[in-house]
Amino acid sequence: MITAFGFVLLTLLVVTAVAIVVTPNLFVAVMLMSIFSLLMAATFFLLDAADVALTEAAIGAGMSTILFLGALALMGEREAKQAGRQRWLPLAVIALTAFTVIYATFDKPRLGDPAAPVHQHVAPWYLEQTPVLMEVSNVVTAVLAGFRAYDTLGEVLVILTAGIGVMLILANGRPDLSRQGRASASVGLRHHLIPRVVGQLLIPFIVLFGLYLQFHGEFGPGGGFQAGAIIAVGIVLHALLEGEAAGRAILPTPVLVGLMTGGALLFCAVGFAGMLLGGNFLDYAVLAANPVAGQQLGIHLVEAGVGITVTGTLVAAFHAFADREPAA
Amino acid sequence: MIVDVISFVLLALGAFFVFMGGLGALRLPDLYTRMHAASLTDSLGTILTLGGIMLQSGWSLATVKLLTILFFLMMTGPTASYALANAALLSRDDDAPALPPATGGRE
Repeated sequence: MITAFGFVLLTLLVVTAVAIVVTPNLFVAVMLMSIFSLLMAATFFLLDAADVALTEAAIGAGMSTILFLGALALMGEREAKQAGRQRWLPLAVIALTAFTVIYATFDKPRLGDPAAPVHQHVAPWYLEQTPVLMEVSNVVTAVLAGFRAYDTLGEVLVILTAGIGVMLILANGRPDLSRQGRASASVGLRHHLIPRVVGQLLIPFIVLFGLYLQFHGEFGPGGGFQAGAIIAVGIVLHALLEGEAAGRAILPTPVLVGLMTGGALLFCAVGFAGMLLGGNFLDYAVLAANPVAGQQLGIHLVEAGVGITVTGTLVAAFHAFADREPAA
Repeated sequence: MIVDVISFVLLALGAFFVFMGGLGALRLPDLYTRMHAASLTDSLGTILTLGGIMLQSGWSLATVKLLTILFFLMMTGPTASYALANAALLSRDDDAPALPPATGGRE
């Protein structure tokens, strides 16, 4: 049964991917990419990767669709004609890459094969030691925020860097919403009663669900990345409904920058706190008298840092797009 | 046993309505009739399908979750249809079509 589902989903994925490449209308392409992400999330869920599925659904189908639409609002929805471009080089690169990937799959172990190298390396140790060292029931969270916290710190810094890059390139510095031509964006959907009322009704639930994922990540699927993305979607929905000015009013740029950097700083601070208390960088066991409690405290704080940075960065990226004037 | 039969009937009916909605969205001539086909059947199909699954899950936490999903789908589905129709209506006078031209219809 699962195999049949997987077959249908993967077929639809291929169809969607081809459609994205073929369509000349960028709006259609964005919608198809959203569908692609949703199919991908369902596929991840079939593979029992609920954490990844949540991330894919929240970021791929939710947030990046909004950002793409924000970009389309600035540049129009028709794909530019690329006449006279040589096509053989990209084609050759794609053919070579596809050949390599397909060739590599011949050596791939079967799905879920217990003898696969990935299940022989450190994974058994993580599975064995998580209940002993951390007493955290979601091993994904334990690996992400505990055992491999150093990697996660790198990811958070990458997100922070990306956010800084988007703000530097796109943001106008001081948004002036009283300008001519910004009227439509700054009014939002205020004159459309039904989407506005329903949207406002949903925002508390979206944010509540985000907070649930944030604080429940230890026990079930979820964690800082997913929670940050979902809370950001709630805030962005408010900005879409009430207009850009109202969206900015609840989280002004300085606050957003504070969130972006504050989350990363919190993560680093937890690491240095471990050092000051006599352990290694990001060693949580020394944070409390009881090593297990220390581990859990460290995971909570680190996940909070991740969530704060992700929220700040995504909302800031949305505002960077929404504040710009459309090209004439 | 009887519960299983009812649940099966509900699921089959739900699948039927969703299928009819999809067929309508492909076959009907213009945007508004297509939306009419897709949105109404989708709402009913959702109710029937989730109702069928709820009968399968019995009185449990899963039922509460399914009810929540049903509530949110009932809120968002019609709203999305309304927003789509409204956007189509507002952009009707533009030179460029606001939505991609119809495919699959014969007209």
